[in-house]
Amino acid sequence: MDWMAWTLPTALFFASIATALAVMSVLAIKRPSTPRVGVLGIETARGDRLFLTLLGSAFINLAWIGLTDLPQTFALGICAVFAFATFRWV
Amino acid sequence: MEKTTNQRAWFLVLPVLILVAFSSIIPMMTVVNYSFQDSFGGNEFFWVGLEWYRELLRSERLWDALGRQLMFSSIILLIEIPLGILVALAMPKKGWLASLCLVLIALPLLIPYNVVGMIWQVFARSDIGLLGRVVTDLGFSYNYTQDAVDAWVTVVAMDVWHWTSLVSLLCYAGVRSIPSAYYQAAEIDQASRWSVFRFIELPKMRGVLIIAVLLRFMDSFMIYTEPFVLTGGGPGNATTFLSIDLVKMALGQFDLGPAAAFSLMYFLVILLVSYVFYTVMIASDKAEAGQ
Amino acid sequence: MTKRPLPSLIMLAYLLFLLLPIYWLVIMSFKPNSEILGAFTLWPQDFTLGNYRTILTDPSWYMGFVNSFIYVAMNTVISLCVALPAAYAFSRYRFMGDNHLFFWLLTNRMAPPAVFALPFFQLYSSVNLFDTHIAVALAHCLFNVPLAVWILEGFMRGVPREIDETAFIDGYSFPRFFTRIFIPMIGPGIGVAAFFCFMFSWVELLLSRTLTSVDAKPITAIMTRTVSASGLDWGVLAAAGVLTIIPGAIVIYFVRGYIAKGFALGRV
Repeated sequence: MDWMAWTLPTALFFASIATALAVMSVLAIKRPSTPRVGVLGIETARGDRLFLTLLGSAFINLAWIGLTDLPQTFALGICAVFAFATFRWV
Repeated sequence: MEKTTNQRAWFLVLPVLILVAFSSIIPMMTVVNYSFQDSFGGNEFFWVGLEWYRELLRSERLWDALGRQLMFSSIILLIEIPLGILVALAMPKKGWLASLCLVLIALPLLIPYNVVGMIWQVFARSDIGLLGRVVTDLGFSYNYTQDAVDAWVTVVAMDVWHWTSLVSLLCYAGVRSIPSAYYQAAEIDQASRWSVFRFIELPKMRGVLIIAVLLRFMDSFMIYTEPFVLTGGGPGNATTFLSIDLVKMALGQFDLGPAAAFSLMYFLVILLVSYVFYTVMIASDKAEAGQ
Repeated sequence: MTKRPLPSLIMLAYLLFLLLPIYWLVIMSFKPNSEILGAFTLWPQDFTLGNYRTILTDPSWYMGFVNSFIYVAMNTVISLCVALPAAYAFSRYRFMGDNHLFFWLLTNRMAPPAVFALPFFQLYSSVNLFDTHIAVALAHCLFNVPLAVWILEGFMRGVPREIDETAFIDGYSFPRFFTRIFIPMIGPGIGVAAFFCFMFSWVELLLSRTLTSVDAKPITAIMTRTVSASGLDWGVLAAAGVLTIIPGAIVIYFVRGYIAKGFALGRV
């Protein structure tokens, strides 16, 4: 495993993604979500919205790095808003 | 066809999951790990945080390669899609001639990518190649290893040569599914060739065209071998597309950190486009099933 | 419809455009180097089979073909074995996360090999598989397994469910039904999937070149290394190129009706 060059932050990052997937699976069993059509005009279920949130957050963070010198925490704030919006309206 | 719900189907998918996890998830995790670190001799790592991302996103290298890549993908789509449709409509519909045409036009698709590059490397040389020789004899100055425009023309011609057949084959499959009654009706109405195309053939090709556009876009977006063999990314950096630049960085210079950051951003773009692809395809499948 | 000359003309022009470069490669492989470099001839004046002789007698050339065949065959077998049950599951059942899994497989088909070249190199070096055939075969599974799953799923969707149900009512167990009844029924589909796995593995260069150095070096890598060396032997290179086209050209006739389906991941 040495060659993979693990670090604590990246390990935590993957652990949190794995947790999110696990929570999603449990939720899917306990309370199956019915797909709905949101503002994008496509049918999404809970899992699709999680995927869109994660993908969008990645791009928000990259844009923040590229465009500003401000701390990355602000970008995370935007991501939180984005996540809320995605789960609410998409 | 109605599918039944059966969670045990997971066991049937498990082998694929394990295999693809080994060849996709583990490497992707490694890429994420590397992208936040600086490496020393390839085995000692130091945490540098977002440094590589900041450096790459503000360097011209990445944006130039992306610009060239997008330009290349748009050019080849603009040429290959109309040409592919034209060829598909011109194909004989039945008989041994149809089989022969199918086999012949599929031929470029089966040639190893580096051989495609080599064929054009030779074919376009002005000393020993047929094309280069003819163009030079006609009085044009043409040298794809020296002149950036010539290099672009050659790379585009090569891609058109290599992949237009794919568009044709897909469209041909779409055209062939049109019942001949449609054509007879059009003939009775004395419809022009254009309106036959516009109102009968084009709608039938919609589904396959979506697939053709997206496949051609994705495959041209990751093109590596053919231009690498033909021009090596040159002259200068004129034909250095994303994959060529990335391989240069990753395997040529063995800059693990920046290459990993580059890879990750590249992959995110692919992920986004794939998602659009998948969504559009599912929607089009549904629309067709609903008809 | 009345016969119009325009379509035939377009077709003829296009075929000419496709075949000229290939023609040039083929005649070059029959010319000695002196003729390739010295005289500009449309037809080999000094016809020779020497280039092919060089390849078929020099182990550093023909072992490239052997290596390529070994890992391509391994890859095709592995891909089909894991893809068959998975494709069946996708075509017949609804289960948790099925759409997401299907999409995830697609992203692997679409992922640029350049992204994976470096981590694969590190991965296979760390498990001591660098420069082995199995390493290349496994690496090519990255795009071939999704491809096989998608193609096979496309074929399996065309088989009516009633067949499965009747077999289960008749007391067939799942493995017996799958191997005795279902697999023979989708024979053409398996053939097409195998052909495309074979082909995409055969034509790929970047990963196979990155993961090999001597023992498992494929013919495609040998060819590019010869290109980068000085003093090109164009004739031999052209002959090697012609030989790499032959396997595909032989098989293509048998799958001609399915080429579009294969490339479109079974969606046509």
